[in-house]
Amino acid sequence: MARHTLSVLVEDKPGVLTRVASLFARRAFNIHSLAVGVTEVEGISRMTVVVDAEGDLLEQVTKQLNKLINVIKIVELVPETSVQRDHILVKVRADAATRLQVTQAADLFRASVVDVSTEALVIEATGDAEKINALLSVLEPFGIREIVQSGTLAVGRGSRSMSDRALRSA
Amino acid sequence: MSKGSPVSPSLMATKPSGAPAEHRDAAPASDTHAASVAGSAVLGPNNVVAPVEMTGAEAIVRSLEELGVTDVFGLPGGAILPTYDPLFASKLNHILVRHEQGAGHAAEGYAMVTGEVGVCIATSGPGATNLVTAIMDAHMDSVPIVAITGQVSSAVIGSDAFQEADIVGITMPITKHSYLVTDPEDIPRVMAEAFHLASTGRPGPVLVDVAKDAQQAKMTFSWPPKIELPGYRPVLRGHSKQVREAAKLIAAATKPVLYVGGGVIKAHASRELRELAELTGAPVVTTLQARGAFPDSHEQHVGMPGMHGSVSAVTALQQADLLITLGARFDDRVTGVLSTFAPHAKVIHADIDPAEISKNRVADVPIVGSVKEIIPDLTQAVRAQFESAGKPELADWWRFLNNLRETYPLGYTEPSDGLTAPQKVIKRIGELTGPEGIFVAGVGQHQMWSAQFIKYERPHAWLNSGGAGTMGYSVPAAMGAKVGSPNRVVWAIDGDGCFQMTNQELATCTINNIPIKVAVINNSSLGMVRQWQTLFYEGRYSNTDLNTGHDTVRVPDFVKLAEAYGCAALRCERDEDIDATIQQALEINDRPVVIDFVVSPDSMVWPMVPAGVSNDLIQIARNLTPQWEEED
Repeated sequence: MARHTLSVLVEDKPGVLTRVASLFARRAFNIHSLAVGVTEVEGISRMTVVVDAEGDLLEQVTKQLNKLINVIKIVELVPETSVQRDHILVKVRADAATRLQVTQAADLFRASVVDVSTEALVIEATGDAEKINALLSVLEPFGIREIVQSGTLAVGRGSRSMSDRALRSA
Repeated sequence: MSKGSPVSPSLMATKPSGAPAEHRDAAPASDTHAASVAGSAVLGPNNVVAPVEMTGAEAIVRSLEELGVTDVFGLPGGAILPTYDPLFASKLNHILVRHEQGAGHAAEGYAMVTGEVGVCIATSGPGATNLVTAIMDAHMDSVPIVAITGQVSSAVIGSDAFQEADIVGITMPITKHSYLVTDPEDIPRVMAEAFHLASTGRPGPVLVDVAKDAQQAKMTFSWPPKIELPGYRPVLRGHSKQVREAAKLIAAATKPVLYVGGGVIKAHASRELRELAELTGAPVVTTLQARGAFPDSHEQHVGMPGMHGSVSAVTALQQADLLITLGARFDDRVTGVLSTFAPHAKVIHADIDPAEISKNRVADVPIVGSVKEIIPDLTQAVRAQFESAGKPELADWWRFLNNLRETYPLGYTEPSDGLTAPQKVIKRIGELTGPEGIFVAGVGQHQMWSAQFIKYERPHAWLNSGGAGTMGYSVPAAMGAKVGSPNRVVWAIDGDGCFQMTNQELATCTINNIPIKVAVINNSSLGMVRQWQTLFYEGRYSNTDLNTGHDTVRVPDFVKLAEAYGCAALRCERDEDIDATIQQALEINDRPVVIDFVVSPDSMVWPMVPAGVSNDLIQIARNLTPQWEEED
């Protein structure tokens, strides 16, 4: 199934995340990742939802989301005209013998080492899904202890802001 | 350069700025109800109230008054007690129900006949959960109601306190929107928003859950409040280019059908529909939710479509080359197996809810907006199109449909057990009462017969639980309808199964002088289930016998039960008594009447499209399909 990235502007009200999440569950739409945070406008939050859906189903997802009273605007961000980034923290087994190899691997991906102990390193990396997957496959042989990953964040390229038109009439 | 494209550009582009004022006609059945002031999203007369200190509970009651509400249905309990105190002193007519589900359906019935928002009130926990079925029912049938529930104090929310239920969470998938109010200052705005949301766009239920401490605390009340709904901008006016495209299809169609749904009734657009229908000359089918949107007696009306629709209506849709879909949603009970539904037809789909368009059947010409606005625009566009391109010849189409109407009229056979045919009872209730009456059915066989054998000439005369199929809807909904429309005769046409689910509201009717008439079509069984057992389970009647009819112990005795509730109680067991019994019931107006019509358990609803097959396999009686003309 095709993967789509939706940016959703919502009112920052209690329960709005539940409304969005339960709508996906109820209509049997599959969420791949979800990231929520504040925006440049007070009282407005932005969700980045990555969904697996074919064309007709995506349209239905979007329409159903639009029906939620707290949802203000929905835009699909396509890879060609947007920047999409995942953020990951990986704890990798690394002792004195392997530490250098691991840090070199991290360097190749412009990832940073953010914690060091005698037995392990924590590596922080940012990038699109392919880069993150490539980093993980390189680190895998050393022994991955833990992975923590954010939902995908995405923003359109260029100067315009998603909140421009959406809030004019609010 | 680009920042991505809106997923539904047509929707984004047509969202008007600012909250729109709802444009509504007063419902024909309306007695006295306030509409919103032009330009304001706040319902009611928009009286200016200077800031004044009061409790949250007083603010709830005052908001209801300012919103123009006159009647509410409810039942108090601990968490809503603070609100019931100012309610006691209010001019609002509060009707104390015997079960909260009754309050919910009564609010629905009230809304359906008046076109105004119905209101129900319950306490926290079980009080609120007892509303759930009615809220779901209102959600499925797009009925504007506001449910106000008490909630435990905000300090103990989430601690499993006594009578605590997360009713906002429970009802999230079955409300249009919901609120949990913990700050009393929010009450006027939330109430105004709830009524605005319930009654505009695609109508639906809105829940307002108010913590007990928010009801008790002091706040500053002023009116009208400012509505803050940046994400809610329903489109009312159809896109003019789409309307012109639709007109072109209509002018080119030789087998068009106007497929009319409940949206036409909700939008009060019957008059507009009639003008369009008569201009196009196209046949009209009215769905279960749209019965009365177009007069049954009109020569262009070819019946109700769907699982128990007439042969002419079902076949009209199947054979059509164009569906002009107005406020209908291609429900599975109408389409049968979707892939075989109306296979030759192009589809014009006008609906106020963009999510309904192309949900089940892809629309060739989608038009988002209120049918109240779209239909007149379409009529104008079609007129222009006919003038330039000519009016299509529909004579062959009508010859085909008229032949079906004559060959396969709605009818029924006398039961072989010699007992009364339930269809006859229902038909006579309709005929003796006349089209000015209001008919409220439960769910099951009697509901289908009431849709088939009562002739509906006006909108808001037929109420039933369509989408949800809620057994027990009839008595409380009829009660609400009678409160909303006290000068009309209101019949609850119920089954013996349904009646036993909600008949406690007879007490409410008697005590509050709400003289509804209840016809229990007593076939001593869960009749529709029994019919399916007859047809699809080799007559193995698993758990469908209710023992209320002929040759049974008759528990309960409906006559005694009705008398216990202070109703006039009648029983009719013979064909020759049907008319006299109905007449007698029509003459009693000082208290509710219950008639136990004891009928045959073997009568079945025909025609029928069995579940899971194409509408082309419609049966007019068991294993009997119509003879189709060769060329079709």
